[in-house]
Amino acid sequence: MSYVSVFDVLGPNMIGPSSSHTAGAAAIAFLARKIIAPPIKKVTFILYGSFAKTYRGHGTDRALLGGLMGFGTDDSRIRNSFQIADERGLSYEFKPCTTNVDVHPNTVDICMENAAGQTMTVRGESLGGGKVHIVRINEVEVEFTGQYSTVIVVQKDTPGVVAHITKVLSDNNVNIAFMRLFRESKGQTAYTIVESDGKLPEGISEPLRAGPNVHNVMIIEP
Amino acid sequence: MDFKSAKELLALCQQEQCSISEIMRRRECELFETTRDIVNHRMARVLEIMRSSATQPLKSPAKSMGGLIGGEAKKLSEHAGKGKSICGEVLHEAMMYAVAIAETNASMGLIVAAPTAGSAGVVPGLLLSLQNHYKISDDRLVDALFNAGAVGYLAMRNATVAGAVGGCQAEVGVAGAMAACATVELMGGTPEQGLGAGSTVLMNLLGLVCDPIGGLVEYPCQNRNAAGVANALVAAELALSGVQQLIPFDEMLDTMYTVGRGMPLELRETALAGCATTPSACALCGGH
Repeated sequence: MSYVSVFDVLGPNMIGPSSSHTAGAAAIAFLARKIIAPPIKKVTFILYGSFAKTYRGHGTDRALLGGLMGFGTDDSRIRNSFQIADERGLSYEFKPCTTNVDVHPNTVDICMENAAGQTMTVRGESLGGGKVHIVRINEVEVEFTGQYSTVIVVQKDTPGVVAHITKVLSDNNVNIAFMRLFRESKGQTAYTIVESDGKLPEGISEPLRAGPNVHNVMIIEP
Repeated sequence: MDFKSAKELLALCQQEQCSISEIMRRRECELFETTRDIVNHRMARVLEIMRSSATQPLKSPAKSMGGLIGGEAKKLSEHAGKGKSICGEVLHEAMMYAVAIAETNASMGLIVAAPTAGSAGVVPGLLLSLQNHYKISDDRLVDALFNAGAVGYLAMRNATVAGAVGGCQAEVGVAGAMAACATVELMGGTPEQGLGAGSTVLMNLLGLVCDPIGGLVEYPCQNRNAAGVANALVAAELALSGVQQLIPFDEMLDTMYTVGRGMPLELRETALAGCATTPSACALCGGH
């Protein structure tokens, strides 16, 4: 069990009005943007549950867009994120979905497209008090919070890839706190997600990417 | 150094011969491997945000995102300016700040969740008012925030602070308990008296439901922040007068949690009952 800090009680420092619908929304999008190579040119947010019903009054839309542009939960620019996105040439859309009720009440799918034309869809859930986690990348169910330094490796589901990852991490003196493997189906795309104590060494993604059957590597620092 | 209950917290205060705020600060430094300077500095930033969120709406009131509130703090200020306040200075100013923070929050301003965004006005409202009227330094206010943090930590650890789980009693109720305990320490009371005051607030707000109009953190949330401040002040006054509570804080917290989980889902932040479904509320939020 992780300890409750006094700053979990008196915090987060956040743009209102809701820790789950505003701060949490910004935090999800802030994580999602790190899962695709910048710059992002186009984004569609699909909102579920309570997000779909109350997103305007809670500023969930502004918070999501702000987070996607790299604004933290306490960044006052969130209020003006529509205007800032327009200025930056980022096109955005919000689609409430009230038919799918088989999801956590505060769920969003973030469908991103970058300048290179790559697309990526990330699903996040806002758990209350500003706490969030990412539960899906494209069609694969995953689980991470972004509270730790995180490595995401996109790979072919085949023997040897995980051994390669652990060897690179070990060679770079990275202590693994959690490590999990998620896959679409046997032999297809898989994701290895490693959460580590402390900051990851600079340039760690290069040797990771060099392994056979590694498609991509993403690094998320808290 | 850690504690899991108010009972253990009081034992630590006794053993170390120090205040609740000091125990909480030492706990933070030890468990998160950091220094007093760093945590004090971080808490000073919390205080700074609290102060600015409490004063901004007095100068420039803003309409809330959902359009249900805006401008209430300025009205309170003008009312007192005419010498017409009936609450007395400390309570009047405390409720004005609490109402102002609710406005800042609802208009997408920067606030500190304390312990939640919906109840963010209670702790700073009362502490900032006391600071003005008793010439309290910022350093001592930072101490008081550590004290409030200890009470809120117990609620997060052993019960809940989510309206969706425990109703408004878990949000404004806990915020009031935090404010009351911190006030008692600030005004020279003992740790026992502080937690007694916390127990009193939980008792007096027991059963309070979470029924926001349109599901938005606006109304009745703003009024309840004002009510939370008043409850905290009443509880602190009782404690500082030497009135002892029959039910210890830990037991009140357990009871609050049990009552909260027993509340119908309709009265836990779903906007399906209570204030949210009165005819006037439905007429207002038809557009949401």
